[in-house]
Amino acid sequence: MGELEMEKHVLYILSVEKKKDDFESVVMEHLRINGAYWGLTTLDLLGKLGTVDSDEVVSWILKCQHDSGGFGGNIGHDPHILYTLSAVQILALLNNLDVLDVDKLTNYISGLQNEDGSFSGDVWGEVDTRFSYIAICCLSILHRLDRINVEKAVNYIVSCKNLDGGFGCTPGGESHAGQIFCCVGALAITGSLHHVDKDLLGWWLCERQVKSGGLNGRPEKLPDVCYSWWVLSSLIMIDRVHWIDKEKLVRFILDCQDKENGGISDRPDDAVDVFHTYFGVAGLSLLEYPGLKAIDPAYALPVDIINRIFFGR
Amino acid sequence: MHGRPRKPLKPEEGAASFAKAANLRTLQAQLLHNHHHKIYIKDALDLSSKLLEINPEAYTAWNYRKLAVEHNLRSETDPDSIKAILSEELRLVESALRRNFKSYGAWHHRKWVLSKGNSSLDHEFRLLDQFQKADSRNFHAWNYRRFVAALKNVSEEEELKFTTDMINTNFSNYSAWHNRSVLLSHLLKQRVQGYFPREKVLTEEYDLVHQALFTDPDDQSGWFYHLWLLDQTVKPDAPLLVSSWPVHGSDLIISLGRNLDGRALSPFTSFHSDTGEFPLILYFNQAVEGVDSSTVTVESVFDKNADLMWRPLLTNNSGNAQVWVTYLKLPDVKDHSLKAYPVGVSIGHTQGIISSGGSHYSHPSQFEFTVSLQPIDSEHAERGPGTEMVVWKDGNFHTNKTILQDVSPTIDYFDQLRIEKDIEPTTSMWHAKTVANEIVLFRELLSEINCKIGKLTLARLLIGHDSIMSYNKTPYSYKRVYSQEVLELLSDLMKLDPSHSRYYKDEHSLVLMCQVTSNKELLLRHCWYYKESTSWSIHNSICLRLNNLSLSRIGSVENLLWVQMLDLSHNELRSIEGLEGMQLLSCLNLSNNKLSSFTALEPLRLLKSLKVLDISYNELGAHSIDTTRYLCSSPLSHTVGSDWDVDKCETDDVKVTNYWDVVLIFRGLHLTQLDIVGNAISDDKFKLLLAKVLPSLKWLDGEDVC
Repeated sequence: MGELEMEKHVLYILSVEKKKDDFESVVMEHLRINGAYWGLTTLDLLGKLGTVDSDEVVSWILKCQHDSGGFGGNIGHDPHILYTLSAVQILALLNNLDVLDVDKLTNYISGLQNEDGSFSGDVWGEVDTRFSYIAICCLSILHRLDRINVEKAVNYIVSCKNLDGGFGCTPGGESHAGQIFCCVGALAITGSLHHVDKDLLGWWLCERQVKSGGLNGRPEKLPDVCYSWWVLSSLIMIDRVHWIDKEKLVRFILDCQDKENGGISDRPDDAVDVFHTYFGVAGLSLLEYPGLKAIDPAYALPVDIINRIFFGR
Repeated sequence: MHGRPRKPLKPEEGAASFAKAANLRTLQAQLLHNHHHKIYIKDALDLSSKLLEINPEAYTAWNYRKLAVEHNLRSETDPDSIKAILSEELRLVESALRRNFKSYGAWHHRKWVLSKGNSSLDHEFRLLDQFQKADSRNFHAWNYRRFVAALKNVSEEEELKFTTDMINTNFSNYSAWHNRSVLLSHLLKQRVQGYFPREKVLTEEYDLVHQALFTDPDDQSGWFYHLWLLDQTVKPDAPLLVSSWPVHGSDLIISLGRNLDGRALSPFTSFHSDTGEFPLILYFNQAVEGVDSSTVTVESVFDKNADLMWRPLLTNNSGNAQVWVTYLKLPDVKDHSLKAYPVGVSIGHTQGIISSGGSHYSHPSQFEFTVSLQPIDSEHAERGPGTEMVVWKDGNFHTNKTILQDVSPTIDYFDQLRIEKDIEPTTSMWHAKTVANEIVLFRELLSEINCKIGKLTLARLLIGHDSIMSYNKTPYSYKRVYSQEVLELLSDLMKLDPSHSRYYKDEHSLVLMCQVTSNKELLLRHCWYYKESTSWSIHNSICLRLNNLSLSRIGSVENLLWVQMLDLSHNELRSIEGLEGMQLLSCLNLSNNKLSSFTALEPLRLLKSLKVLDISYNELGAHSIDTTRYLCSSPLSHTVGSDWDVDKCETDDVKVTNYWDVVLIFRGLHLTQLDIVGNAISDDKFKLLLAKVLPSLKWLDGEDVC
């Protein structure tokens, strides 16, 4: 298993940023801003954010913003709340939130709230609790949570709670670890975790750990490194993370490293990507792996950044 | 990237990938060009199809197509042409989904097209049948199915039948079980014909899920469904009052300052107050809202009922809590006669107390007790808990069988809170019979195969059995018959399934606490007298010593509302959730546990009488990840205003931003004694901060602070 190949992962992330010619990079072009968030956050957790030219990043991000206030996934692509979150997170990471026209951005997000409290992802009206989380997370970081109807937003999320204690995309939707992270995260940020049955959901979540030590996202599915984040962060927010075997999970994540070229994959010996590299490193941070910065389970940003935003002066 | 093997590309693959990438990049650039210039001619549309068939995740291309459809529909009046435009969209989505079944953009595009009307919903069901056969767990397809079923007004019963078919084809289909639980709970709630009585339906569901569980006990698909059924069977819907303090029939003696020695007083009913008030606590079986002076009437000479403020004991501001408290003000008493003032409490005679599930409190009950005041002795007015240092060593605790025997009858008061029950006997019989049946079945399963879910379910069933039987009784009048067996099952599980051992450990702790606290003889074995060499007012105090029990979690607090001095040291506690219910607590020992963050101490903020706290030898400050960060009220969760004043505590040496949790937890406490040595964080700078945050502190780690 060995140790976390910190140096190699840093080099891998820096190389992904430059690589634009292979098919996978082109397929992902429309969500480059998500990729930037995954890569930059990983670098920060590894203590290497300083290697990045932050002015360059910030000016590129601002080029992704539309008149509506929302951000696209890359220059020229349509605005969507999914990419708006990444933009806000990256600017927070780089301590550069003051470049934003906060009112304009806030108007974009609050304008996506529907009558029933739910949020649409963009003007085309897809509704999903992922978007509720994003809206709440962004506005909280910007200290503008009062600009939406929080009570209705919370009630909508609660209406997506299932009989297994988990949450789905919309009312009646099946519980899924990624969706549970979004809903539990939104409830955590709004001080509403009393709506969660912590023991019931905690049992469902801890049973995501399979024999190999990895975590799956739903019952009877394969484990995947990305669930190290979705499941772990949810378990931490409800104080039930001790219900899984942390050491076995650490081993599983380390087994998914490409020890030659850096990067982390979904399962051992699969192809690596920046998405799973982020989730692997963030998962290890939640597991208190030595040498990594601590990450906040609700905002998905390093703890020191969140503490600076909420407790700094 | 999911499930793609990690291997370097061969040169010819590399070249092919490069060509593919170049083609895709051109398509994407042209698409964005057409989109920005609002070009919706056929060639441009064909190009976007080509792009989406290669990359269904290119969301801007879906948006472009929606704009194009709207544009083209505007100039179109011929119904066939309109239909053709929409059909082309459906065809494209279908083709994109065949490429990537999980594309959110493609599924939403299909919904968007359907919402325009003009499409055959039967066709959608046929397509879904195909897709759901190919991947019966795809949650996008299930979501889409619910969408189409609602659009077509398909009855929930019909959809329920679909889940039966799916489960009969392959019971290992969690998605089908999930959809079943959604549909069935609607049908039960609305008492749809054929889904009433509830008991008959649930019995059939038990039969169905048994087939899944007993065929392959390791397959999780049926686990959660069975647990849901069990919950429906065991948990009463309506909120119930399970205990109170003071208890019914008790004669409370409250001292306002001096000691009470020389009188054979019950530690269970005597109470010291230096704030001139005493708590009235109501403990429900589940979280409720709406406890106030209109739903609870308190008749006493102390306060007008309408003036009483009921507070939920909560660490958030939901207004929904299992424990509620109000404080009654004591009158100024000058005469020394021990007059007993009667207090009557009646609950739920008007509607308004509601569970979070929406059920009303429907068992109006009342209880009475008396309060006598022990007047202040000016000579000893300064005496009370916290006027002398408490030393938690074994030598200071002793049992005195005779005195304990004398006072022990008072514990029987707990038995006298009668909660009238009016559940129809047949229903109640069904509940007990069903659980008994399940117990037999799972014992049989375990005689054939040693499986984790069998053991865990049996443990839950036995707990359920005991709790059903005890709902009709009061805590001490029902003897829990299965506690020991449950403890053994949980111990077995820790060995059988070591990855989740701490889940079983937590359950074990709850059962153990229930066992200890709901049996009078056992409870008295943990009651000790605390006595210091020099006498002071709490020398008559009983200390409940639950130390060295390897507890990882606290439970059964409803049986412990009377406790004023509690020793929980040398356990494995990570959390003290629930302790907030013990409003009389003045001395608490939590040393030598596994408390790993200050935010985990949040329940202490609600303990108004707490004076003496020992949290030495824990793991405070030793962890980078705080697992109670969001369960504690703070600006992070918007449960404390961002205007909270930390600056006051700032010193040159201590940056308060780094200690926000310490300030948040301790600033509301009125501790006179704190022990915190033996934690990762206990250096001198930190102690300076503590002295600042806790101005009432007299002793810190055994040393005089003043």
